Amino acid sequence: MKARIYIMPKSGVLDPQGKAIEGALAGLDFVGVSDVRQGKVIELTLSETDATRATAEIDAMCRKLLANPVMENFRIELIS
Amino acid sequence: MKAAVIVFPGSNCDRDIADALAKICGMQPHMVWHKDQDLPEGLDLIVLPGGFSHGDYLRSGAIAAQAPVMRAVKSRAEAGCAVLGICNGFQILTEAGLLPGGLMRNAGLKFICRDVWLKVDAADTIYTRSYGSDAVIRIPVAHHDGNYTADERTLDKLEAEGRIAFRYTDPEGNIADTANPNGSARSIAGVLSANRRILGLMPHPERLIDPIQGGTDGRPMFNSLMEAFA
Repeated sequence: MKARIYIMPKSGVLDPQGKAIEGALAGLDFVGVSDVRQGKVIELTLSETDATRATAEIDAMCRKLLANPVMENFRIELIS
Repeated sequence: MKAAVIVFPGSNCDRDIADALAKICGMQPHMVWHKDQDLPEGLDLIVLPGGFSHGDYLRSGAIAAQAPVMRAVKSRAEAGCAVLGICNGFQILTEAGLLPGGLMRNAGLKFICRDVWLKVDAADTIYTRSYGSDAVIRIPVAHHDGNYTADERTLDKLEAEGRIAFRYTDPEGNIADTANPNGSARSIAGVLSANRRILGLMPHPERLIDPIQGGTDGRPMFNSLMEAFA
């Protein structure tokens, strides 16, 4: 089972990298761009084949290591 | 006084803190590798030093927080052992859940390496007693991820319980956005655990203990520890 995990700064948490990107886009004359946020994507493959169990396992991974719940949210996507 | 310094791959202030403990507290700490499962018996203090453990991969301190030795650090902390985390050590303490909040990328995005002014907000601790209340001190910082964050409820709780050890200020001790180097919530530079035995701070007191380093404002922290564990 392949999975992709999206980790994003929580809304309400200042994302200075997103702000810098937004400023750079404005500098390139892209108008009307707002709410730029930068996160990260982690891909992995599990030997688990059951979707429910795979999701539960990745959820535990996110809580323990992959994301920091103080400042980040995560979303799990099973690819195949 | 008996102390241990935990050494992670990428720690780079482990010898500075050992030197400070030797010079001021007159003791040689045990240097403990992160893969060790056990800590020496009878420790008064465990130090998580500054550096860039595991290259800051994933998040600063995230991988080190899962190191084998951290299980022993947590159990000693629960038993009341003092734990001091400086810079990367502070990041590791938050990632390990031993201190609340987290440390994000500096608001200005730049790595900051310079002296900053701090006000001692909590002077009734084993780390800060020798400074005295509201002392204003000059200590170096050197970090990319020092922007302290926590939810409003946690910040209120830390303030109400007097658990903010240090705040960034101007040289007169005034809190101001212009004196906040990294965007930290409520200008927080260091926080304490509920039992006040665990301290995490971004500035490096061990780097300013001898006039040859340009100042001695870091010394009182080690004097405080020496008195606490004499």
